[in-house]
Amino acid sequence: MSDVSQAAQIANKWRKKRGSLIMALHEIQDVKGYVDWQDAVDVSLNMGVPLARIYEVLTFYNFFKLEAPGKAVISVCTGTACYLKGNDKVLEKFKSELGINEGESTKDKMFHLQSVRCVGCCGLAPVCVVNGKTYGRMTPEMVPEILAEWRKTFEEE
Amino acid sequence: MVKLKIDNFEVEVKEGTSILDAARSVQIDIPTLCKHPDVDPSAGCGMCIVKVGGRIMRSCCTPAAEGMEIITNDAELQEIRKTVLELILSNHPNDCLKCARSGQCELQEMAMQMGVDRDEIRKILAQKEIDDSTQAIVLEPSKCIVCGRCVDICQNQQNVWALSYLNRGLPTKISGANDAKLANTPCIKCGQCAAHCPTGAITEYDDTKKVWDMLKDKELVTVVQIAPAVRVALGEEFGYDFGENLTGKIYAALRRLGFAKVFDTNFAADLTIIEEATEFVKRFTNKENLPLFTSCCPAWVDYMEKYYPERLPNLSSCKSPHQMLGAVAKTYYAQKAGIDPEKIRVVSVMPCTAKKWEIHRHETMRSSGCQDVDVVITTRELAKMIRQAGINFKGLKDELADDPLGEYSGAGTIFGVTGGVMTAALRTAYFYITGQELGKLNFEAIEGLEGIKAAEVDINGTKVRIAVVNGVGNVEELMNQIRNAEEAGEDMPYHFIEVMACRGGCIAGGGQPKVMMHNLPKPWGINDEIRKLRSKGLNDEDEEAKNRLSHHNASIKQLYAEFLGKAGEGKAHELLHTKYRQRDLYK
Ligand code: SF4
Ligand code: SF4
Ligand code: SF4
Ligand code: FES
Ligand code: FES
Repeated sequence: MSDVSQAAQIANKWRKKRGSLIMALHEIQDVKGYVDWQDAVDVSLNMGVPLARIYEVLTFYNFFKLEAPGKAVISVCTGTACYLKGNDKVLEKFKSELGINEGESTKDKMFHLQSVRCVGCCGLAPVCVVNGKTYGRMTPEMVPEILAEWRKTFEEE
Repeated sequence: MVKLKIDNFEVEVKEGTSILDAARSVQIDIPTLCKHPDVDPSAGCGMCIVKVGGRIMRSCCTPAAEGMEIITNDAELQEIRKTVLELILSNHPNDCLKCARSGQCELQEMAMQMGVDRDEIRKILAQKEIDDSTQAIVLEPSKCIVCGRCVDICQNQQNVWALSYLNRGLPTKISGANDAKLANTPCIKCGQCAAHCPTGAITEYDDTKKVWDMLKDKELVTVVQIAPAVRVALGEEFGYDFGENLTGKIYAALRRLGFAKVFDTNFAADLTIIEEATEFVKRFTNKENLPLFTSCCPAWVDYMEKYYPERLPNLSSCKSPHQMLGAVAKTYYAQKAGIDPEKIRVVSVMPCTAKKWEIHRHETMRSSGCQDVDVVITTRELAKMIRQAGINFKGLKDELADDPLGEYSGAGTIFGVTGGVMTAALRTAYFYITGQELGKLNFEAIEGLEGIKAAEVDINGTKVRIAVVNGVGNVEELMNQIRNAEEAGEDMPYHFIEVMACRGGCIAGGGQPKVMMHNLPKPWGINDEIRKLRSKGLNDEDEEAKNRLSHHNASIKQLYAEFLGKAGEGKAHELLHTKYRQRDLYK
């Protein structure tokens, strides 16, 4: 049955078991990498648990991600070295260029922005990492170039 | 029974009694912030600590046990309580000067009681957005002390599941699921969260400015009506005892505020009974769409539209009384008085926050050709206006309501208490079916605070089975009873069902006063004791009324004869009835 969502199938599996709400949500998170509104609605319908309860659980634990991350995950290091060398300005630039806040994704799901603690290459500070690729000695001016580079990569795919 | 010693008093209490209640039984008031008798204890605040044989424990959730020796107050306990309070205050804005709950706030009271005179601990305030999307109740999460009352009320007592906690620790926030605005959640605007919140974190949406603006405008004819439950509660705001009926003084105060006419929703309650009894008799005789559910509680209507849309044909099509009055004021009264309806403004003073939503809930709320009721203010807001106007309420002389929408019967007045609508309707339905008056006008089985009350009434040899639900959280069980009977092919368990969303009915509505009377036992705000006293206020008025039957209200008869025609048909149907539609839980 392809019109039954993954979340609904998982919810159904856990329906009758004790303490199962959190297990179901865990499994969805494991399989999909996040639990979004539609998943929560599917769990609510299939397990008979009110959405208010589901979001109490989802927001109580930092573990759960509430939306699909963007295809390119931009991690801006705000560890001490990077911060002192002005990575906060780089972060601001990413925010304004993408029109999103930290922890959010762009509408087209192309980019997800997050700040992280020391990524272990302080020598290159300030540092950003996009899908595993490290950019050192960052300046705000480099931000549009990096975004353009990744847009191009996705278009070619 | 268990025997224990509290601060050197020998106390004997029933097994299972909390130490807190045991102490209260000997006039020892242990400070509390989160505990409330209507909700399951969250044991969240830590204010109620006592020493049990030297160990510090929370008295609200520790049962008294045989032989306990308890100290409720010593220097160390006071110290700890004060620190606990200071920690709570360190996350709470110092907004008392501009807070709707100021003077009636349990946190403020506690700070005064504990002698807090400075910010002892550096403040860390989380910015949290205000949610006034419902325009009925307002959430201000930055003032929340995370006591858990509202969440328990909304989820477990009311079974609505609109409110919840998001996050944990400092960012904890009361909110709809996924941070949804309350207007986009299943919220039914019953306001029970506001009635139980110890602070200003949940209050009614303030419409007093709208009313002042209308009163100022000399082009307008602004009329007012008061709901049954208002008359037995407003006095609390001015130092009267709970449940004291102050109808005459309230009329006087309303005239002083500048209302052109003072009408009474009780009049329209009688009108509702004529329509609803007619509807019931018709359905009962034709055996169609039974059971019939009453529809005067908008929070219940909202709940039905969201949670039981398949039962909507069973919901009475009658509007609630204040909506009927609005429609009649802008047609019949306008005509009689020769006023352009466009110039009339109708203000309803209600015990209820859901009524603020109701006035816009459907096109039929404009049946007079304009908005039938323009603004709803709660009992609390009326008290505020009376104070703002500098009226010495206590010194006012009793006055009477205005014709032609002021006369009412005892049946009209009991609309404000659980069981009252059913009682009033049965009195009239009995007359319609038998042509005779009921011998005994009360039905004890449907009085009181039991969640679901049922009775059987004999009308001309036919048994009419009735049920009365108070507290919308009890609806699920009732609906299950009905469904089970249907599935088993049994007789419908009930023919006629009254539902009021608030425990006790409108007398304990979300917009009622929450005063702190220091001579009365805690908790302040609302509890079953207060519910009983206010109910008694209304029941006494009914008992003492010259006319206790809606169908004998002379002004109502005149209204039908001169204007409406036949009950349930034509003009009466057009003005006094509404329609329903399924609503999504989330938008
Ligand atoms: S008004 Fe009633 S339904 Fe709405 S959040 Fe408050 S308690 Fe829940
Ligand atoms: S909003 Fe009020 S009732 Fe709800 S948890 Fe906060 S303080 Fe308690
Ligand atoms: S019971 Fe009365 S006060 Fe409560 S929501 Fe219903 S109409 Fe309003
Ligand atoms: S602080 Fe940024 S890489 Fe170490
Ligand atoms: S913990 Fe007992 S009153 Fe709050």
